[in-house]
Amino acid sequence: MEEIQSLLHGFAVALSFKNVALMFTGIVLGVIIGVLPGLGGANGVAILLPLTYSMAQTPGGATSAIILLSCIYWGALFGGAITSVLFNIPGEPWSVATTFDGYPLAQQGRAGEALTAAFTSSFVGALVAVIVITFLSPIVASFALEFGPPEFFAVYLLTFCAFIGMSKEPPFKTVAAMMTGFALAAVGTDPVTGALRLTFGSVHLLKGFDFLTAVIGLFGIGEILLTLEEGLAFKGARAKINLNVVLETWRELPKYWATSLRSSAVGCFMGIVPGGATPASFMSYGVARRFSPRGAKFGTGQVEGVVAPETAAHAAGTSALLPMITLGVPGSPTAAVLLGGLLIWGLQPGPLLFVEQKEFVWGLIASMYLGNVAGLIVVLTCVPLFAAILRIPFSVIAPIIMVICAIGAYTVANSIFDVWMMVVFGVLGYAFKKLQYPLAPMVLAIVLGDRAESSFRQAMLVSQGDLSIFFSNALVGGMTGLALLLLFWPLIGLALARLRGR
Amino acid sequence: MSEERDRSPAFRMKSAEAAVAALFIAFGAVVIADSVRLGFRWADDGPQAGYFPFYVGLIICVAGLVNLVRGLVLPAEKNGAFVEIGQLKLVLSVLVPTAVYAALIGWIGIYVASIVFIAYFMRRLGGYPWWKTAAVSVGNSVVFFVIFEVWFKIPLPKGPVEAFLRIH
Repeated sequence: MEEIQSLLHGFAVALSFKNVALMFTGIVLGVIIGVLPGLGGANGVAILLPLTYSMAQTPGGATSAIILLSCIYWGALFGGAITSVLFNIPGEPWSVATTFDGYPLAQQGRAGEALTAAFTSSFVGALVAVIVITFLSPIVASFALEFGPPEFFAVYLLTFCAFIGMSKEPPFKTVAAMMTGFALAAVGTDPVTGALRLTFGSVHLLKGFDFLTAVIGLFGIGEILLTLEEGLAFKGARAKINLNVVLETWRELPKYWATSLRSSAVGCFMGIVPGGATPASFMSYGVARRFSPRGAKFGTGQVEGVVAPETAAHAAGTSALLPMITLGVPGSPTAAVLLGGLLIWGLQPGPLLFVEQKEFVWGLIASMYLGNVAGLIVVLTCVPLFAAILRIPFSVIAPIIMVICAIGAYTVANSIFDVWMMVVFGVLGYAFKKLQYPLAPMVLAIVLGDRAESSFRQAMLVSQGDLSIFFSNALVGGMTGLALLLLFWPLIGLALARLRGR
Repeated sequence: MSEERDRSPAFRMKSAEAAVAALFIAFGAVVIADSVRLGFRWADDGPQAGYFPFYVGLIICVAGLVNLVRGLVLPAEKNGAFVEIGQLKLVLSVLVPTAVYAALIGWIGIYVASIVFIAYFMRRLGGYPWWKTAAVSVGNSVVFFVIFEVWFKIPLPKGPVEAFLRIH
């Protein structure tokens, strides 16, 4: 087993003192980010990305940098559960489903149990996803080494069509948001001909829109404005977790093995196909309610109702990194930010990473195992500390978060113009969220726009403008066909529902 | 914020949907116009620079049009408040200072602007006493100064106050 050997080598890389310290730092920062309103996985990582510029310059530094950032991501995934259970406020969109049973449990005084179940099942979901990544990603990568421009464009097409077909937002709104992302990506210098596009003579627009600024504005400022509508006070249950509660809950959890397994499968699938953690958590909650013998009691405070969404959300969030490292196509906004990080550090994401940057890739995969163990330890022991952060009054914490966002937006490219763009994106994010325009496909389009366009144009050059190149062999034809199926899925679904109703 | 909030709608869903859809159409039109300027056809050496954005802009316009129509035919029972007046007041009470803050950064530097911004928030919205306000706002800037300028050596925008104190 070559994977096992590479993985052991990865562990050797990840287990250095510096990297373990970074792991714990990342987890703690991540949980704080996950707990705070307005800061989440995507914009938290985006804000901290500039701090890693100098770190990544040292030998082995890129590995340390990705370990730090990915651990922030795990921490944010864990942190979302704390606010859902204790405050009935989902800190992250993917923990909305956790509130359904988590908050009732907390009200019954069983918050410790709910949190232990949430954290443990997050860990299980992540573990399953990492195992999938360990064994599947080398296969996907070696497969993808044969890819040419048409295949890569088909992968991009599949990614974006999946958003249209699988998101619960109205399809035309998804299309509008996504294409706006592509248009924003096109601003600046055309990568092929060097012509200036959509700059209108503005110096600021010459270098194009940085998606990190967009992420910080859309998810950060937009989220704070939304939170504000609900008023300025948080009221929450108190929680202490002691060893007894943990052990008792752990004794109870194996009962829900079927739910865990189903949720992990749903999560991994939704993470790899870019559906994302949020729909995965809802879907898995729904599936668990249908199949569980205790399904009828869901919503009244069932531990199983916490296990299902948390397992799936964490599995999806983790497996979203698989297409990112193997194909260079991120499955979620946070994975997109991490991908942006790789590019900034001078690494080319995609199948070649497994050949040229073995140490980096396997160090990252090993750190996923270790980071989640570290995360479980940190959250189980420090819950009261993190919950206390939410008791800081909003009129103090909100301006500080805004300042952090502004600094993050500035440091992306040392430009004050980006801070103004962040505010604009914040207003857009607020309006889009309220009107159900999805943000994830827009962010992904800004990140991938240039590369999707160049692979399309290269494919067109090969075929002399003949679109049939996207059906020229079984592989590319299969992917394109699947993409088109997903694209028209809303229509097909509608037709099927009509037929059934007749 | 315990006082009674105004629950009547400032904007209804229909107008918000229509406005945002119109914004998309306008944006799509701008993209198309610029792509036409660059050339969106197939030249001898392959697609021109405007080829890809042209179709992107076209799709934005079409999708925007569909969303506009769907927004305009929104049934009355779904035409609830997009934002209530009370909510809008709260949102604006944060958004306006944030915009001012973003403008101030270029002028007086990020550290001083942050002090003013946080202090405004805590006094105006939180009603904190002066000494707490000063401690938090100044403390915040000092912490960020140490993290960015000293520790990570990433210079942030500075203004006349820093120049006066000879901090570079």
